[in-house]
Amino acid sequence: MSNVVMDKRPSTLQGARLPRWTPWAVALGSVGAGLGISAAAGLDSKIQWALIAALLFVLVNYALGVKVEGSRQAKDRVATSLVWVAFLLAVIPLASLIWETISRGVKVLDGYFLSHSMGVVADTEPGGGINHAIIGTLEQVGLATVMAVPVGVLTAIYLVEYGRGRLAKSVTFFVDVMTGIPSIVAGLFILAIMLQLELQPFGFAGSLALAILMMPVVVRSTEEMLKLIPNELREASLALGVPKWRTIIKVVLPTSLGGITTGVMLAVARIAGETAPVLLLVWGSAFINNNPFEGAQASLPLYIYQQYANSAGNAAAYDRAWAAALTLIIIVMILNLAARGIARWKAPKTGR
Amino acid sequence: MAKRIDVSGLTAYYSAHKAIEDISMTVEPRSVTAFIGPSGCGKSTFLRTLNRMHEVTPGGRVEGKVLLDDEDLYANGVDPVNVRRTIGMVFQRPNPFPTMSIFDNVAAGLKLNGQYKKSELNNVVEKSLKGANLWNEVKDRLNKPGSGLSGGQQQRLCIARAIAVEPQVLLMDEPCSALDPISTLAIEDLIGELKERFTIVIVTHNMQQAARVSDRTAFFNLSAVGQPGRLIEIDDTERIFSNPSVQATEDYISGRFG
Repeated sequence: MSNVVMDKRPSTLQGARLPRWTPWAVALGSVGAGLGISAAAGLDSKIQWALIAALLFVLVNYALGVKVEGSRQAKDRVATSLVWVAFLLAVIPLASLIWETISRGVKVLDGYFLSHSMGVVADTEPGGGINHAIIGTLEQVGLATVMAVPVGVLTAIYLVEYGRGRLAKSVTFFVDVMTGIPSIVAGLFILAIMLQLELQPFGFAGSLALAILMMPVVVRSTEEMLKLIPNELREASLALGVPKWRTIIKVVLPTSLGGITTGVMLAVARIAGETAPVLLLVWGSAFINNNPFEGAQASLPLYIYQQYANSAGNAAAYDRAWAAALTLIIIVMILNLAARGIARWKAPKTGR
Repeated sequence: MAKRIDVSGLTAYYSAHKAIEDISMTVEPRSVTAFIGPSGCGKSTFLRTLNRMHEVTPGGRVEGKVLLDDEDLYANGVDPVNVRRTIGMVFQRPNPFPTMSIFDNVAAGLKLNGQYKKSELNNVVEKSLKGANLWNEVKDRLNKPGSGLSGGQQQRLCIARAIAVEPQVLLMDEPCSALDPISTLAIEDLIGELKERFTIVIVTHNMQQAARVSDRTAFFNLSAVGQPGRLIEIDDTERIFSNPSVQATEDYISGRFG
């Protein structure tokens, strides 16, 4: 049968396809065309040629798709191109932010900078360091986390495992309201108490405000994670004669630990960058203060703000602000990686 | 070890909805009792009232009596936690704890209750896994996660977990409905062995399975959708499948239903 000539009828299942490299070629062409058009029209803004290129990319992809493949595949190509454009729009600011911070931050970032405070160095002079601000940030954020995480996780457990009826509904409502509190308002709230009690600024006051900001974030994320735990697991444990509270501690929480950790880390990252409440309640200081319960303290975001505000265009202060920003990003990243490590180590195990 | 269950006038609700009405029956010790009936007729609900799992569902409540060797499960002062330690349960879908190893899954009932001696734990786990016919398949990987097992193995792991706490009664809610015929056979064989030690109640949609494994069979039905389920009859399995006393039972078993 091998000498039978194959019938060359067109297949009903195969359609014409553009080659795989088409999107890349279109992207390259669009960028080239975008640059060319801008140069020809005398547009000097980078944003303009990028926009022209993005628009061309989507349109050319669609046109090619319609011509060669038909309208359904063309729509698919448009959707894919839009996703790529959106991805680039999201990545470009992130990449440029990291690049700027690193390239400007590394100038003064060294062992001396990390291990010394500003002390008597004036903001306009070179020298000094951020040791006092690192200590302040770690202590204030640490204390806020210690206060907010237990309250937040317990609230979420109540809402998911026990809460029924009006109390649970009102708790949910107030958590939502709390999520929307601007940080300066949380700061003013604690400030009002401080003025009533005639207290001087100190680190723990800042922690209290940060804890207020952190709590609703922890509640919300933990709640979502606990809701993901299938009821069958709870029932399996209850049917073994395990009391409900032990079921929650030994079965529900370990199973959702990874998600809860991620939520807590997001909340930590959020409050680690807060400036306003720290400005109001902790004041900032150029000296090392290890005691968060007495005396003004510094913190990294506040230090960045003050260096920038007090520098009057001075290069030394500017460099210090960038180096402190880089340090803050690194600290949050290290905490994040550590938490992810713990979560992965404890996470539900798959595989054989 | 095994105990008798006497149910009288049991009615169960989900909030305002009456799910089952006025059920009375006796479950004999060291025997297998099968519940059959169409979907939604309250078999599973009734099974869950037998170890007070029904009230775990929000809005779930029960009227009537369930006597376990003359002790009412629903009397004042009865701790549902103790009831569930005495009356174990295996669910429709295998649900091993994902954070725990095979060993810890079997030991979970003891470990989570905090009542165990370390030295005994190994023996209990081995005995339970052997009891569930799983020991030979997993003895070399006890520290691996339970979720890595196949569906049939996971279900036998859940049975091992349930019998590790030495209950008097074992309730099974369609334990084979998610399994292939070979795993189903393994579990049916296991049920035959377990009834030497436990009182077993099994809910099943599989008529042949009920005929194969059970000594007595109860047929549940509901008069219309939205109406509460009722017990139509309970009798020796042989009689139910050959010569039932109610026409509806015969119709259901022979497939002439509805």
